Amino acid sequence: MQTLSLFWDFFQYQFLGMQWLNKLVGKMLTAFGMSTDSRLTGSLQFFIYDTIKIFILLCSLIFIISYIQSYFPPEKTKQILGKFKGISANILGALLGTVTPFCSCSSIPLFIGFSSAGVPIGVSFSFLISSPLVDLGAFILLTSIFGGKIAVVYVLVGLILAVFGGMLIDKLKMSDQIEDYIKNIQNNIDITLPDLTKKDRAIYAKTQMQQTFKKVFPYVLIGVGIGSLIHNWIPQSFVENVLGSGNPFSVLLATLIGMPMYADIFGSIPIAEALYYKGAGLGTILSFMMAVTALSLPSVIMLRNAIKPKLLATFVAIVGIGIIIIGYFFNFTQFLF
Amino acid sequence: MMEIKILGSGCKKCQETKAVVDKVIAELGCEANIEKVEDFAKIASYGVMQTPAVVVNGKVKIVGKVPTPAEVMSVLEP
Repeated sequence: MQTLSLFWDFFQYQFLGMQWLNKLVGKMLTAFGMSTDSRLTGSLQFFIYDTIKIFILLCSLIFIISYIQSYFPPEKTKQILGKFKGISANILGALLGTVTPFCSCSSIPLFIGFSSAGVPIGVSFSFLISSPLVDLGAFILLTSIFGGKIAVVYVLVGLILAVFGGMLIDKLKMSDQIEDYIKNIQNNIDITLPDLTKKDRAIYAKTQMQQTFKKVFPYVLIGVGIGSLIHNWIPQSFVENVLGSGNPFSVLLATLIGMPMYADIFGSIPIAEALYYKGAGLGTILSFMMAVTALSLPSVIMLRNAIKPKLLATFVAIVGIGIIIIGYFFNFTQFLF
Repeated sequence: MMEIKILGSGCKKCQETKAVVDKVIAELGCEANIEKVEDFAKIASYGVMQTPAVVVNGKVKIVGKVPTPAEVMSVLEP
């Protein structure tokens, strides 16, 4: 048991967390004559270490994730989901949401495909909620910072939010809230997708990696920049007071700030990391990350093309309230982790 | 003559796909009718859920990615 936990610690802190890199960067900075305890050195160290770490994780994770995702095209997901009913369909929708490649830019064809295949609207939403929120990338990144236990619980509550959010939307009988032109398309065509070889999948994964890299690297740099400011310039007491689990409004605040922001998990993680070390509540941080990744202004605008305002508002409200509940849950049970 | 359709809402990736297809056709010097389909209803009628997609002579050949010139070459029918 002890060797196992030693091994796990090594895996979490050195392999995923790359603490060796942190030390190395620190040593190099002092070798260049910078004093060990100055704030500037600390910020610089965090910036260099975190940028390198996130880019290594980002590239390897996106490659692995895209490779896995190439086995789950939405056309296939649609066919599977069309066959299930009730809560099992919601659970399946949430699970497939984690492995099906989807960006908000294709929400219209997705809605058309799903609704023409007879997938209930609530199931589509279970898919839509879990898709940005829970994936392998989020799991690995959370493990590298907060440890495996928190990562597992994050994935579980994310899936539960997706399942119940979808079911609630189903109960509210909102199928008239899909834009009419989508409902009017009734031809359900199951295309046979071109067969992919392992090499095709690897090429796909590589291009996905390159494109994602290009797309997110400014956000990662901004995120790491903000993170290194928090890390060394903002007093611990301030973070503890505003975002600590002692402040009853911290979760609410974090969710409301995070919701309109557009960044993916890679951009939000350095901020989360820095806040965590400064004593912000665990639930507050997770709410912030979930709010940033699950909802954003651009994705809501894209969704507006497919669904009517009432449903859109319901969706945002359910996800927002769900994230806030999850945040308070983690803050109250933080002592367990 | 080949009928090539590029399905996509006019996003950046769809324009890149069109450029790749145009280039390959020009290099091969063959005759082809290249058309961009931007209407979602029409896109959906091919059963496609991820754009961009490339349709050759009515058959969906490439889905959800910007193809490389080699990939386009391999899906063109003689």
